[in-house]
Amino acid sequence: MSTLDFSFYTWANISNYLISGLYFSVSLTIAATIGGIALGTIIALMRLSNIKPLEYVATWYVNVFRSVPLVMVLLWFFLLVPSGFYDLFPGETGQKYRAEICALITFIVFEAAFFSEIVRAGIQSLPRGQMNAGQALGMTYGQNMRYIILPQAIRNMLPVFLTQTIVLFQDTSLVYAIGAYDILKGFEIMGNTFGRRIETYLLAAVVYFAISFTLSMLVKSLNQKIRIVR
Amino acid sequence: MIEMKSVSKWYGATQVLNDCSVKINKGEVVVVCGPSGSGKSTLIKTINALEPIQKGEIWVDGIAVHDRATNLPKMRSRVGMVFQHFELFPHLSVADNLTIAQVKVLGRRKDEAKKRGLQMLERVGLIEHQHKFPGQLSGGQQQRVAIARALSMDPIIMLFDEPTSALDPEMVGEVLDVMVGLASEGMTMMVVTHEMGFARKVSNRVIFMDVGGRILEDTTKDEFFGNIEDRQPRTREFLNKILQY
Amino acid sequence: MTYWQDVWDRWQFLWEDRGDGVTYFQWMISAWGYTVAVAATSLVIALVFGILIGTLRTISGHRVISAFAAAWVELFRNIPILVQLFIWFFVISELVPGMKSLPGFVLACCALGFFTSARIAEQIRAGIQALPAGQRNAGLAVGFTQFQTYRYVILPQTFRIIIPPLTSEAMNIVKNSSVAFAVSIPELISFAMQTQEETSRGIEVYLAATLLYALTALIVNQVMSFLERRTRIPGLTPQAQGAH
Repeated sequence: MSTLDFSFYTWANISNYLISGLYFSVSLTIAATIGGIALGTIIALMRLSNIKPLEYVATWYVNVFRSVPLVMVLLWFFLLVPSGFYDLFPGETGQKYRAEICALITFIVFEAAFFSEIVRAGIQSLPRGQMNAGQALGMTYGQNMRYIILPQAIRNMLPVFLTQTIVLFQDTSLVYAIGAYDILKGFEIMGNTFGRRIETYLLAAVVYFAISFTLSMLVKSLNQKIRIVR
Repeated sequence: MIEMKSVSKWYGATQVLNDCSVKINKGEVVVVCGPSGSGKSTLIKTINALEPIQKGEIWVDGIAVHDRATNLPKMRSRVGMVFQHFELFPHLSVADNLTIAQVKVLGRRKDEAKKRGLQMLERVGLIEHQHKFPGQLSGGQQQRVAIARALSMDPIIMLFDEPTSALDPEMVGEVLDVMVGLASEGMTMMVVTHEMGFARKVSNRVIFMDVGGRILEDTTKDEFFGNIEDRQPRTREFLNKILQY
Repeated sequence: MTYWQDVWDRWQFLWEDRGDGVTYFQWMISAWGYTVAVAATSLVIALVFGILIGTLRTISGHRVISAFAAAWVELFRNIPILVQLFIWFFVISELVPGMKSLPGFVLACCALGFFTSARIAEQIRAGIQALPAGQRNAGLAVGFTQFQTYRYVILPQTFRIIIPPLTSEAMNIVKNSSVAFAVSIPELISFAMQTQEETSRGIEVYLAATLLYALTALIVNQVMSFLERRTRIPGLTPQAQGAH
């Protein structure tokens, strides 16, 4: 059994190997959450629209992405997004960060399927009487949504959004499949460079745990606060 | 047969039983009544240790229930209990509800247990429902099966925790009939209930509990219902309210 | 005509020899077998530990036990499955004597099984807590020990409640088995990546793999709904269960 040696974790090495990876993992999480919620809301509204073709498309969208592994979807996008797309980015950026850009697109599209289910459940969970009550007070559809329905729906959805974001953050490690440079990749390269895989994977686990666990504790306390308000 | 000595119980800082002492002899039928929140359900559940107590002693047929070393499952297998919400096991057929504890707790043979269980089912008048599941029976029928389940264990005493209060009014009678039958056969019973008709008809003694978990009255049925003027003010108030209609 | 001829031709790589006497089609079927085997074995591990840990979390009055169970859940659900897989392969197998000789398949199943056990434990706990409290009392009142109360009263009812969430967990385990490519288990993703490189038939290869994943999900779904129908109790609707 070898002894553990963490001495190679100097500030210089950490900023060389890990900081940009961590930056990408976090940005991917935030961007995919925002993009996923935006696209997911559109898909949810399509599913609830009562317009058959829209419903049909949205239902298929959700079912397809829910039955295929994220790794598979990453591979698909990496294969299918045409090279010309990356040239749209200024200078060499597009071709240099192909995997990272592809990961971002994939995550938004993939996570939208999951966020749309949350949005749909959030809207459907509101009692119909709330809409009626607003109408009875003479509110327009827009006023009703703005003052009555959305404030309640968002309150219902917020903790679930955050929980999904934690899942999403953990999922970002799967960009490994297309070789994007995230925090895990940073640890891997560092481990290979210094011949210290045990120490790097251990610390990778600690970093992911610390971030996910902190977030999930936040969600828990948020949940309790919301419950008190109700 | 049952003796509770100065039993007290707290949930955190709130006291739910306050220095309760009760003695029940073999063959007696004791009715416990009182307003909600008076701790009567808690009191009856301390007897088979479903609710632990912090102070006092409880003896059931010579077994010290309050003692941590006591084998509680063994004691409980000798005390029958009927719950407000029946609590039949919904995943088991009526017949299996009646036999499972006989086999797994008392160690009876399957055929022997089934024979005993069906005997008791017959007795509560539901033999034709033995293959059904609890969810397919009415509330009154479920409660009668629950009584049969407790009886199949050949208990030395039966505890009833508001056995009719979750029932639709038209089903109360069929359950009370079974209980009256039991009482007339000399079964020792402790019954938490608001059914004063039942208390008048078959009980030997009536215990009245008041908010805070105190026993205000413990007296014979004739005294309890006969001399209302001699009762405590709280008891009179309670009786007036529930006997008004 | 020529279009369909072209489509037909593009799929011919499936019958080509990979170079070692095995066709790509045979490899694909074996890869699918690996996906199913990893998922099934992991599910067994996940169920055993998930049920145990989830049950332990509901036992009151034992601080050490419930703290242990809570720590188990937090540990295994807050680290990505890919990282956990690397930990089993590059850390645990290095540091724990005897683990080094274990085949990669076993390590992958441990990783996926323990990861999923945390989620199943949470579902078991929620299922147990959804049962009316009176059921536990009723079990104890007929003289069952705590163990017997769980064995004969609480768990049989819990399993029926959690079949729907368990279905999605079984589907997740199939999907999550895809990470095993990262440690060279020859499952569907490994097959897809390597065949794509060797044959340049990316779309066809990915399509085949994707359809096999979808087919597996469909089978899992059918099996679970069969199970649900088989264990349904007359007179007890899933909605009515747990409510008075």
